[in-house]
Amino acid sequence: MSNAVIDKSEAPGRASGPAPLRQARLPRWTPYALLVVSAAAGAGIGTALGMDSAFQWGLIAAVVFVLAGYGLGAVVEGGRQARDRLATSLVWVCFLLAVVPLLSLIWETIDRGRTVLDGYFLSHSMEGVQTILPGGGAYHAIIGTLEQVALAAVIAVPIGLLTAIYLVEYGRGRLAKAVTFFVDVMTGIPSIVAGLFILSFWIIILDFSYSGFAGAMALAILMMPIVVRSTEEMLKLVPDELREASLALGVPKWRTILKVVLPTAIGGITTGVMLAVARIAGESAPIVLLVFGAAGINNNPFEGAQSSLPYYIYEQWQLGNDASFNRAWAAALVLIAFVMILNLVARGIARWKAPKTGR
Amino acid sequence: MAKRIDVSGLTAYYGSHKAIEDISMTVEPRSVTAFIGPSGCGKSTFLRTLNRMHEVTPGGRVEGKVMLDDENLYGSEVDPVSVRRTVGMVFQRPNPFPTMSIFENVAAGLKLNGSYKKSELDGIVERSLKGANLWNEVKDRLNKPGAGLSGGQQQRLCIARAIAVEPDVLLMDEPCSALDPISTLAIEDLIGELKERFTIVIVTHNMQQAARVSDRTAFFNLAGVGQPGKLIEIDETERIFSNPSVQATEDYISGRFG
Repeated sequence: MSNAVIDKSEAPGRASGPAPLRQARLPRWTPYALLVVSAAAGAGIGTALGMDSAFQWGLIAAVVFVLAGYGLGAVVEGGRQARDRLATSLVWVCFLLAVVPLLSLIWETIDRGRTVLDGYFLSHSMEGVQTILPGGGAYHAIIGTLEQVALAAVIAVPIGLLTAIYLVEYGRGRLAKAVTFFVDVMTGIPSIVAGLFILSFWIIILDFSYSGFAGAMALAILMMPIVVRSTEEMLKLVPDELREASLALGVPKWRTILKVVLPTAIGGITTGVMLAVARIAGESAPIVLLVFGAAGINNNPFEGAQSSLPYYIYEQWQLGNDASFNRAWAAALVLIAFVMILNLVARGIARWKAPKTGR
Repeated sequence: MAKRIDVSGLTAYYGSHKAIEDISMTVEPRSVTAFIGPSGCGKSTFLRTLNRMHEVTPGGRVEGKVMLDDENLYGSEVDPVSVRRTVGMVFQRPNPFPTMSIFENVAAGLKLNGSYKKSELDGIVERSLKGANLWNEVKDRLNKPGAGLSGGQQQRLCIARAIAVEPDVLLMDEPCSALDPISTLAIEDLIGELKERFTIVIVTHNMQQAARVSDRTAFFNLAGVGQPGKLIEIDETERIFSNPSVQATEDYISGRFG
């Protein structure tokens, strides 16, 4: 500790022996200093080359940061440390590349969405609102989204849960393999195809009309494989010892699953379901096809056209004037908030239900 | 009520692999019978055939007869679920239910079977925990999660859970192999007490343990890798450890192989 930098005179004597334990190290603040230097370099080079996008400056700075860290490490510390620094800085740069668009998206949505987002917006529909003028709201779309997503969950969650239980607890042989395969295929179904399927089956062949329920069925098709997959993973995490312990007490298999396996996995299952709900809440394609969109409030999802938040955003954006742009952004903000609240609820439930050690 | 187990010509398979072959033995009621032998010789598999847990493993199947007093466990009309209520089991690694409290863990067998009266539950839980020598350590925190106990306490909790359903036979699959010497001692003492009420069969890798706790000892061995395990001999523990009738037993016990 007292002598962090190696005394060079010692090194040659050990050259043939085992590697010395102490090596030259760069000081701990090196990465931070490099960060400042490369930011400056990015700005400098960017200005010199006449680029005026901050993003381009950032990319230049990132390249400088990675290369400088590697070079400095190679000169002072040797090859292995230099590669370590290279990997570390690459990971950081990639992390920033992933986070910057995300934060920018959230920032943009909040910034533009808050202009018209207020109590009036949340409690009024577009009924009788001249679309070119400010005013109106997304109440009908919020109701539509809530009802359609809830209906989809009511259809998809029981089927998904039971399928996953079958696959993990009972499924052996060909049927289980076939089910797994089709669940995989279903995961990849584009939402518009699910919409077209319900459109041809429910509306064209069976001759029902547009409704929130039709949309909910398409959403359920999209939701089911996600629920199956996440529940399956969670059930697989339940140790077999618990199942055996329960069976050895003379508990029938179905009761073991109901009272031991499911409660142990319930936190993870809830999280999976919530994430699936969040995923389908943003779907617009099936809604365009099946729910048709409405300007007024329709509380009945089984009859008549409804709206939904993604559809509302699309519709308002298409109108192409300032007032409707503002409404679209506000609806986008509501949608993001809805998904985020669901995620938080899921995390809360997962933490609350997680098996406790209670030491 | 402790019961006698009478096994004749029992062979068990995992899929097409024959794990144990043609085992016949008698386990006396109110006694401790220990199974010893090298790893992979089928001791645990044989133990699991005694309460039909073997068939829980995919591909597991059994031929032969296991008589519990005068009933064949593998008879065509026998429900494996009721067999397991009669023949309880304690596993190698303590496995309390993580979602349940200490109280609920002990009551689990009764509650999950639905066969209990609420008023009796407190008494049964207390009796079982006392029977497992755990009552004094946990009586003030019965509502805390069972997973918060130490390894030795968890294993005694599992024993309490197993005896709470009042089985006739208690099977123990290396119950002390994950425990320290002090917890092991506690469980060995407990086995000595439990044999007053139950027929106990214990699998162990620890020959001193077999010598300490058991009345009779069975030695299992296998001819080679991939061969089925066989029962070499079963006799009074004292005889097995002093003067076994088969050379392989003596070699194993004296540490000449295995």
